[in-house]
Amino acid sequence: MSGAVRLLLVWAALMALLALTVGAAFLPIGMAKPWVAYAIATAKAILILWFFMEMRRESGLARLAAIAGFVWLAILIMLTATDYLTRRWIM
Amino acid sequence: MTDEPRFEHPPEERAPSYLAESHSLRSWFFTTDHKRIALLYLVSITLFFLIGAGAAALIRLDLLTPQGDLLTNDGYNRAFSIHGIIMVWFFLIPSIPNVLGNFLVPIMIGTRDLAFPRLNLLSWYIYILSGLLTLYVVVSGGVDTGWTFYTPLSSVYANGAVVATIVAVFISGFSTILTGLNFIVTIHKLRAPGMTWSRLPLFIWSHYAVSIIFVLATPVLAITLLLVAAERLIGIGVFDPRLGGDPLLFQHLFWFYSHPAVYIMVLPALGVVSELITAAAHKRIFGYWFVAFASIAIAVIGFMVWGHHMFVSGQSVFASAVFSFLSIAVAVPSAIKVYNWTATLYKADVAIDAPLLFALGFIGLFVAGGLTGLMLAMLAIDVHVTDTYFVVAHFHYIMVGGSVTAFFGGLHFWWPKMTGRLYNETLGRIAAILILVGFNITFFPQFLLGYQGMPRRYHVYPPEFQVLHVISSLGAALLAVGYAMPAFYLLWSLLPGGRRAPANPWGASGLEWTTSSPPPKHNFIAQPVVVRQPYDYPLAHPASRDDG
Ligand code: HEM
Ligand SMILES: [Cu+2]
Repeated sequence: MSGAVRLLLVWAALMALLALTVGAAFLPIGMAKPWVAYAIATAKAILILWFFMEMRRESGLARLAAIAGFVWLAILIMLTATDYLTRRWIM
Repeated sequence: MTDEPRFEHPPEERAPSYLAESHSLRSWFFTTDHKRIALLYLVSITLFFLIGAGAAALIRLDLLTPQGDLLTNDGYNRAFSIHGIIMVWFFLIPSIPNVLGNFLVPIMIGTRDLAFPRLNLLSWYIYILSGLLTLYVVVSGGVDTGWTFYTPLSSVYANGAVVATIVAVFISGFSTILTGLNFIVTIHKLRAPGMTWSRLPLFIWSHYAVSIIFVLATPVLAITLLLVAAERLIGIGVFDPRLGGDPLLFQHLFWFYSHPAVYIMVLPALGVVSELITAAAHKRIFGYWFVAFASIAIAVIGFMVWGHHMFVSGQSVFASAVFSFLSIAVAVPSAIKVYNWTATLYKADVAIDAPLLFALGFIGLFVAGGLTGLMLAMLAIDVHVTDTYFVVAHFHYIMVGGSVTAFFGGLHFWWPKMTGRLYNETLGRIAAILILVGFNITFFPQFLLGYQGMPRRYHVYPPEFQVLHVISSLGAALLAVGYAMPAFYLLWSLLPGGRRAPANPWGASGLEWTTSSPPPKHNFIAQPVVVRQPYDYPLAHPASRDDG
């Protein structure tokens, strides 16, 4: 498969996922709605990382660096959640 | 003078130094030589230091009297805001990494330049662009949010050039990120043959650690500040509860950057001090791997403690307890370093020169700052002293007493290498002692003031606090003299007829001392090959310490 064709396919996949996001917003699924949106967004991010950002070709070190970014984001979200999710606890 | 290179490469032939290569303005402003860029940074951060110091002088003068006679309330707010913003982002963060780091990282690992020389120059131009915008803020009336930009003050109520300031800090972040990227790639890819990770000078380890923080933390600041600007301009409602936002979210995001940022300001200093201590003791560092990994541990754990700035903000008590525990944990690697320096000095035949005096001053002040940090990390104590002068004293002990002192120490230590000239050692020692004394007179009273309840960021205060405030202001005057002194004798050494520095005036180990002072354009005549451990004292060919 030539490079351009691959990129176009990935782009088409991203567009399809975008349509899915929009569609899911109208489904009557209540509380699950944001989680469906997050799941689709994660799929898009992985496609972008893997193909557009060329992670599929990179060495272990570069992949490690990319993963580190996400680990740090997880630290940010987790410790912030330690505050938000426990505000109601009486101590 | 027997400063033969101890690494196996051919003896130096004479090559023109990087300073003598060319004298045109063009050769400075379009240079890609990391050494020249370091000097460009040195000049520019010195200018910002002067502006920040001017604001500090206004603050200390105003605090001489309890009524705040000199400045209006609004003027006082603007003075401490501009002081904090300039000192943090335009002086202290770039100080050691962009001046000493820029100059030394490639030389210490035995290569010609950073991995991306043009990107390095771009970093400087971006820094200048953001600096010019900050100057615009200063002359257009300033900003009164403090360096912390807390919402809703910054997003709704503050007057002044908030958005311009935010954009300036935002832009300066890119300069920082590019520098971090450059250092990481350089340290991974350009080490000289034989320069294994276990042979890296500790200066390099701490710059590696700080680069990780540059790259991982700075983008969060950029995004957070953009959100504040968007909130202010179009009310997007991320921080405004009326629109479903949360003002504390700003503090979480800001401190997720800014606690690591305080380590941005101190980690490079720790690296400098490791070099100064080993060179003065002429001994191997005690526990190389502990010191090296302590830098990495500080960089990583430093990302998990930010909530200690929010103990009284309304953050959940459970979160406060977690952050309190993690904050105490981060003190461990810091303490390891202090113990290891002390052990390195133990029974050493030390050379009491200005760099060592600065390093010793650093250790004392860093310990005082670190221990009061532990006090602040205790929930019960912090409720009492939060937002008081106790906090102000704490962070000045670390950032000014620690980092600025280390910067001066490093500047003295590597001045002969950077300029090829020797400064007056006696004046250097006097300045080091004056800075230590002046610093303590300025900031120790602030611990007492804070403990007794003097709030920070107020200029009108009860008369019983006046004595301590006056002592503090007098100390600041002494400190100013201490900081001004090096400007004179260092520049003096550059005049025609100044004493020339030999390649290794301190008899120190490290690749930078094997090349001429100042180094040639490409740092070494021939590619150095490293065959020894770092700090391999006593030197194989002990270099004489005289002036040559
Ligand atoms: C031993 C590790 C440290 C601990 C446990 C610690 C703890 C703390 C705590 C709990 C506060 C918040 C006090 C309050 O607002 O009530 C604080 C404030 C601060 N610390 Fe530290 N600290 C440490 C090291 C450092 C270092 C290394 C630096 C800088 C290089 C630093 C710079 C600051 C600054 C700038 C503030 C005040 C920020 C502001 O509110 O404007 N600290 N520290
Ligand atoms: Cu902190």
